[in-house]
Amino acid sequence: MKNAENRKKGPEDGTRVRDSVLSSSLSNLPSRNRAGRTWQLVFLSSTVIGILALTALLLNILDSSFGFVVLHARTDPATYSVNGVGLEDQTKDQLVALLQSELSSGAYNKLNNEKSFESRSRAEVYGIVIERLVKYSVEESWSLWQSITRSGEIRTYAAEHYPGDKLTFLSWLTADFVSRPQSSEAVTAGIRTAILGSLWTIFITILFAFPTGVGAAIYLEEYAADNWLNRIIRTNINNLAGVPSIIYGILGLAIFVRLMETLTSGALFGLVDSTTANGRTILSAGLTLGLLVLPVIIINSQEAIRSVPQSLRKASYGLGATKWQTVWFHVLPNAIPGILTGTILAVSRAIGETAPLVVIGASSAISVDPSGPFSKFTTLPIQIYQWTARPQAEWRHLAASAIVVLLAMLLSLNAAAIVVRNRFARKY
Amino acid sequence: MAQKNANGLNQDPGPERPAMTLKRRQRPGENVIQSLLFIAGFFSIFTTLGIVYELGKEAWLFFRLPEVNIWKFLTGTQWQPHINEFGILPLVSATLVTTAIAMLIAIPLGLAAALYLSEYASKKTRNTLKPVLEILAGIPTIVYGYFALTFVTPLLRTIFGSDIVDIYNTGSAGLVMGILILPLITSISEDALNSVPRSLREAAYGLGATKLEVAVKIVLPAALSGIAAAVILGISRAIGETMIVAVAAGAGPNFTLNPFKAAETMTGHIVRISGGDLSYDSIDYNSIFAIGLMLFFMTLTLNIISQRIVRRFREVYE
Repeated sequence: MKNAENRKKGPEDGTRVRDSVLSSSLSNLPSRNRAGRTWQLVFLSSTVIGILALTALLLNILDSSFGFVVLHARTDPATYSVNGVGLEDQTKDQLVALLQSELSSGAYNKLNNEKSFESRSRAEVYGIVIERLVKYSVEESWSLWQSITRSGEIRTYAAEHYPGDKLTFLSWLTADFVSRPQSSEAVTAGIRTAILGSLWTIFITILFAFPTGVGAAIYLEEYAADNWLNRIIRTNINNLAGVPSIIYGILGLAIFVRLMETLTSGALFGLVDSTTANGRTILSAGLTLGLLVLPVIIINSQEAIRSVPQSLRKASYGLGATKWQTVWFHVLPNAIPGILTGTILAVSRAIGETAPLVVIGASSAISVDPSGPFSKFTTLPIQIYQWTARPQAEWRHLAASAIVVLLAMLLSLNAAAIVVRNRFARKY
Repeated sequence: MAQKNANGLNQDPGPERPAMTLKRRQRPGENVIQSLLFIAGFFSIFTTLGIVYELGKEAWLFFRLPEVNIWKFLTGTQWQPHINEFGILPLVSATLVTTAIAMLIAIPLGLAAALYLSEYASKKTRNTLKPVLEILAGIPTIVYGYFALTFVTPLLRTIFGSDIVDIYNTGSAGLVMGILILPLITSISEDALNSVPRSLREAAYGLGATKLEVAVKIVLPAALSGIAAAVILGISRAIGETMIVAVAAGAGPNFTLNPFKAAETMTGHIVRISGGDLSYDSIDYNSIFAIGLMLFFMTLTLNIISQRIVRRFREVYE
């Protein structure tokens, strides 16, 4: 607008050039504005594409976690009917009696020892009957979307191709799925072993990486003079943060699994787990992940310590405190929210880490719960990897359900980080 | 930094402190603590030394084997351990294909998203969109692998035909890897864009530039060093990315640049070979260290270049 007014003032010597520039820039203004709007749309849609990808990823996982399945019974449940009463309608005592007569006495006693049949509910006993006697296997499965939109088709298809088998809508993700151990049959497989393995591994990781990382951060921020050695340490930490995780796996294989086998297998303490007897244990895995997240913890803790104002330290020194007293009683308490937030985020990275653990040797399928740091192990991401790698569709459903559990764990950790940050954050 | 350290040192009860009536008490505990903290700080050096030593040692053992020839290792187009063919090029080519596709996705989208968030979005929009993008960065890579195999691959097969696209292919792995790296590029670039001072933008507006011209011709060039660093970091991340390619790109080395064919990357090969109980001192065991060494140096070089760019070309505004 102002430009137009300027132009009306008439030709003066100095402004002639400027006028021509102005008029040309004004004449192309609509097209420039149009370009601006177009590109703004392009920029916005790029952002939206990222969000769409996230949505597609989540929907894809949920889509696989539920759906129709055709179940084939190894033994027809009708054979266990008593006086025409089907399995579903039998009382708990009848079911227990059935188990006692059909299972070998060893298997029956083992179940009874785990948890006595008197204390089990009817639903539990029924579950055991289904798992041990009827033994369903998955013949074919469909995703949630297919099950909703084409349920009629699926019903006729199943009736045609699998006469006598049971078509049922199944939620792969159940409380049982979380609490059952690994199994070779998709319907009865669970992730308890994997979750326990993940928790044990993370426990070792934190035990190692948290004190070391915070210690290193305190050293670098509070003690280290600005000399070449400390500069190398700083640069080195930044470089380590960029090393691919699989390299840590190779390092862990060479150092923890092989070189330190007597320590990591538990032989040093006479605690060798009879099933392992080598270094491919939870301890090795935890230490490897510890090395992996160490740079992240150090960098985050350094930032937290750096944000504690100098005045606090000076006040402490002014009162005659020593260096360590200042750090311990004044710097750390004020930096701890930041340190904890950083650590939680690092831990959530470690929980989802798969590649280094595969290299270390977590891959063998196991169904025995880990009993300590010297046990063989599998973790949740490893379990997901193995199930995803299998070609049959039913394992993909299990992988999707395990992913839901993994994401829920990560989400709650991140929520915890936010709570810690908001609750304890101090403003100076 | 220097100032703070100097302050810190002044407080340190050093021996050169003038002796007054307040005599310095010996505190052995303090020294022990300081040593422990130093060891914790030095641990990272041990890690690096450990990586270099172990990778180097085992790779050296690998190259000394009679079956292996370092020249053929670097130029051979066949990786078939069972007939003693160790040419790394098929693994490298697959890594390059997935990385290139990933960057083709991540650079334009990431940069555009960064421009939108820093130049266009209102504060409220920004505070909603940014955490969502950050969620993408926090999802474990195995989940992306699952996504690539069960969603993107079927999608590609529907679009291009299942006779052209293999069940396992580098294309879908690369695409999904691009989505994984997008938030990394976005957040680093956005930081770079944000650190360009307002005065530059306002000067350009004052000269009659439109919003797009300010963003692309003024802010983007001023933040170029940060963006270049983000891109290089992204490439390094893509090269080292493992689980997506292990799940979706296929098993078995294949010397091809066709993104619709199955091929095994360096990382994918390491995972497949070492899955299960790998016996020590076998040629396979040694070979993963040789590949790992190569991977380590590739990513390290990229990371160092990225840091150099940031340090050298950063425009410093008061």
